Amino acid sequence: MAADVDAIVIGAGSVGNPTAYFLAREGRRVLVLDELSASGQGQNKAAIGGVRATHSDPAKIRLGQESLEIFSHWKEETGTDIGWKPGGYCFPAYDETTESTLRTLLGVQHAYHLGIEWRDPAEIRRVVPGINPEGLRGGTYSPGDGQVNPLKAAESFTHEAVRRGAEYHYREKVTDLLVDDHTVRGVRTDRGEYRAPVVINTAGARGSQIARMAGLELPVAPESHEAGISAPVKEFLAPLVVDLRPGPEGKTANFYFGQDADQQVIFCYTPRPAVPGENRTSTFEFMPIAAARLVSLIPRLKNLTIRRVWRGLYPMTPDGSPIVGWAPDVKGLLLGIGLCGQGFMLGPGVGRTLAALASGTRPILDPDVLATLSPSRDFYRGTKESLR
Amino acid sequence: MPMDRVLRHPVLDVPGPGPTVEFTFDGRPITARPSEPISSALIANGIHIFGRHERDGAPQGIFCANGQCAQCLVVVDGRPVKACLTPVRPGMVVRSTVGYPELAPDDAPVSLVPRVDEVRTEVLIVGGGPAGLEAARELAARELDVTICDDKPTLGGKLSLQTHNFFGSVADCHAGDRGQAIGELLAAEVAALPTVEIWTESPVVGVFDGGVVGVVRRGRFTAVRPKVLLVAAGAREKALAFPGADLPGVYGAGAFQTLVNRDLVLPSRRLFIVGAGNVGLIVAYQALQAGVDVVAVVEMLPEVGGYKVHRDKLLRLGVPVYTSHTVLRAEGREHVERVIAARVDPKFHPIPGSEVAFDVDTVLVAVGLSPVNELFEEARRIGLRAYAAGDAREIAEASAAIFSGRIVARTILKDLGFPDTVPEAWRQRALELSAHPGPVLGVYPVPAERRVYPLLRCEQEIPCNPCTEVCPLDSITILEGNLLGRPKLVGDCSGCLKCVAVCPGLAITLVDRRVDPTGARARVTVPWEMPEEWVHPGEVVPTSGREGEPVGEARVVRILAGRALHHRRLLVLDVPASEADRVAGVRVRDPVPPRPVPGAPPVRDDEVVLCRCERVTRASVIEYLRATGTRDMNAVKAGLRSGMGPCGGRTCGELILRVFRELGIEPGSVTPGVPRPFTQEVPITAFLSEENDGRGR
Repeated sequence: MAADVDAIVIGAGSVGNPTAYFLAREGRRVLVLDELSASGQGQNKAAIGGVRATHSDPAKIRLGQESLEIFSHWKEETGTDIGWKPGGYCFPAYDETTESTLRTLLGVQHAYHLGIEWRDPAEIRRVVPGINPEGLRGGTYSPGDGQVNPLKAAESFTHEAVRRGAEYHYREKVTDLLVDDHTVRGVRTDRGEYRAPVVINTAGARGSQIARMAGLELPVAPESHEAGISAPVKEFLAPLVVDLRPGPEGKTANFYFGQDADQQVIFCYTPRPAVPGENRTSTFEFMPIAAARLVSLIPRLKNLTIRRVWRGLYPMTPDGSPIVGWAPDVKGLLLGIGLCGQGFMLGPGVGRTLAALASGTRPILDPDVLATLSPSRDFYRGTKESLR
Repeated sequence: MPMDRVLRHPVLDVPGPGPTVEFTFDGRPITARPSEPISSALIANGIHIFGRHERDGAPQGIFCANGQCAQCLVVVDGRPVKACLTPVRPGMVVRSTVGYPELAPDDAPVSLVPRVDEVRTEVLIVGGGPAGLEAARELAARELDVTICDDKPTLGGKLSLQTHNFFGSVADCHAGDRGQAIGELLAAEVAALPTVEIWTESPVVGVFDGGVVGVVRRGRFTAVRPKVLLVAAGAREKALAFPGADLPGVYGAGAFQTLVNRDLVLPSRRLFIVGAGNVGLIVAYQALQAGVDVVAVVEMLPEVGGYKVHRDKLLRLGVPVYTSHTVLRAEGREHVERVIAARVDPKFHPIPGSEVAFDVDTVLVAVGLSPVNELFEEARRIGLRAYAAGDAREIAEASAAIFSGRIVARTILKDLGFPDTVPEAWRQRALELSAHPGPVLGVYPVPAERRVYPLLRCEQEIPCNPCTEVCPLDSITILEGNLLGRPKLVGDCSGCLKCVAVCPGLAITLVDRRVDPTGARARVTVPWEMPEEWVHPGEVVPTSGREGEPVGEARVVRILAGRALHHRRLLVLDVPASEADRVAGVRVRDPVPPRPVPGAPPVRDDEVVLCRCERVTRASVIEYLRATGTRDMNAVKAGLRSGMGPCGGRTCGELILRVFRELGIEPGSVTPGVPRPFTQEVPITAFLSEENDGRGR
């Protein structure tokens, strides 16, 4: 049976939308399927929107650089403002452990020519006005990083993809992958069947369920994180700030926050221990802990008003790296899942990579780097990346 | 204090000159009453613009007066706060918010720790209005631990804002009393119950994982773990979108009642009301009581939606009620200065050429209520045992809410295993009390050959019986034997006036033909709730018939007042005997015919702001829906930011759904916005405490 389209993308989210956009831009016929009723309604809208290249893992650095490139030029390219704010990232250090972690990372980061430097306390205080100076030892600052509004980005990628011929079907749930002879032929949904030589699984937190339809067991398991946002205040904070210290309350690892393009302070922490599962109902504990961490870092935030809180899922892999590449044993099935909570910031880079793989052009990642993201890799080999 | 304040009121107690508080607003000295909200103090001083919107500099002022929106945001001593929730303090420095407020660069390190008080209770009741209070009473009868949370300083809910006498039954829901008095009575009963804890100034801000309910208890975030959540949070007013609806001076009837009846400030001199349901009609009457001229009430439908008696008492005073009319736009440079209205055709489209202008300073929108039930829905989703009562369950009168609270409480008891049942009579009564205004059936004929008799102008089914209860001769009865039927005079009348004084609809007058032996003159006694200075003994006043039609003139013989008369005064009028049966009231204003302005510019979609928080216009919503074809409110939110503001889409949500409908998309097919905590913004300090206060965790 003839193919209906060149590629089917499952999931109109942080990864699926850029994938569809790049495919459509290359003239491919794309069908995007999502069970929800609009684009970016899964975990995309739960992201706080930080985008950085200053990771410590080569693949993520490269994907982050690519994403930054795409996000930062998006307005010139399309005329649409997606809330790009080039304020950089700042990792302040208040203890020796943090300082040594950050300084060690600088080595790797400089090897990749990332624009990140160690700054002394006075400089950090300039970058982060009002930051608590007590015990501040300095920190890293990477002015090339920034923030984007995830809601606007999802919408704009979708709009640009559609403009170039991509078709989006919402409220349509993929119920099976059509596989025969170890080759994917298309998908079955609750409304019908579609044929395509390439099927791309970008289903985020549902990614491993989709993979299972082709008999693939991939170690992607969601963890639940919480976030919050304030009422807007006059612009005062340019970078996203990441505090790597564990929280004094004993329930959190790192804490990060920034002021977005709409001038709202947006914040999030990594719970410790991790909270496995798909629970998306906010807890009453989140806000008190986040509040204490906010005001301890920037005391003037004690005058802030909190508008809303929410909860989103980090689809985790055992080694903390995404799964990007062709599925083993099933021809034509591409995977872009397990982004470990960085689906939004790495999404455009991953999308471009997936589009290149699908159309047989040269991907942006070198083969050895791409291999570190392979679905066939040993997920339990090394240690986790230190700068998640 | 020579200011915009209510200095005399026919029903409310107005405190005399007392201590004052001084503060500054943008450097200007302001004199206020101690602990009144900043917003009311500003309005009393003639200040209606509290700030300017970040996006377009649009003037911002009072809108909900209820802590739900953030239009009244001001900066107090460096901290952004809602003016309507923040009491004045001596010496406070208040600044208007121009654009986003600046965080004061107050950078001294603080040692604040996460803080949550955790509390257990058997039943947590959200809302201390009639439904919540009555439910608490029923639950306490079984000695359940009950906690009532209310965001206001006093209990009573919206009853506290009502100056009119309520319909209902005397025996079981305080009919004939004023709303405010009923609220106080119910609150006092509950305050005396040992197992009921009352948290005032404590808004419930969300339902969290594991069935924890978040309450900001007097500024402190508190996690309550109830066995049962009862949402009796009442209703919110529906919004209406028209050009100028976002101007200062356009707000809801509830906000007006808060300003006038609770805070005793006068935000208006000339008022225009959109919507002639019970709320619109009642607030018009209340405005007159406070001395505000009501220039017109308009109603889109061909008939008023509220009770006819509420309409008729306005017409008798001389307030015009225009049915089949709608508001086209409100105009004014920085505040409402005039309103353009027009007649509508049977499909509710404005008829070109029918435009008229009214010069007013304030427009009240009273186009219906929606249940405040988000916490109920969310609690159900999470798996907490939750119930809703009163308006949060079904929009109806306060008397119906009283029964709803009792019935739901009994249901809770039954579900918890107590041997309680809901009496069938309660269900019956609740049905009667929540009945919508029925057809107008006319009045029973005037009794012939009588010298003294009441005229019962109760011509519509109304769930009400005080007249039958107060007559010492038991001469008034409802033949149907229920609350809804019309009262009929079936026995003698001694002329005691009790029925005239009690009738909540002001629909009873007493005719006395005994005073003039020549038979040329008669006395008619009419109820009177307007400002004292409007009518004086000896004065000649114009009289109105039942529906406001001019009858003639009367001389005011005397004015009766007293506790026994329900705080109501009665005017004894001397009228020509031939007019006695027709006189139903006194006209206080001559309706000024509106100024025709045919050819007023048609309404453009880009003039109409749907989302006030984010200044999203109707035009951009239409464009977005057409361009994307979306069926998801969350997408509209993502694309346009509508609903991302402080009110969380509670004002614009329905307005945007209406646009979906106009574009041929069934609102039922639209994915609703995902509600998230907090239902209202919370100062970050609510989540923190000093390291050493021993109360944090």
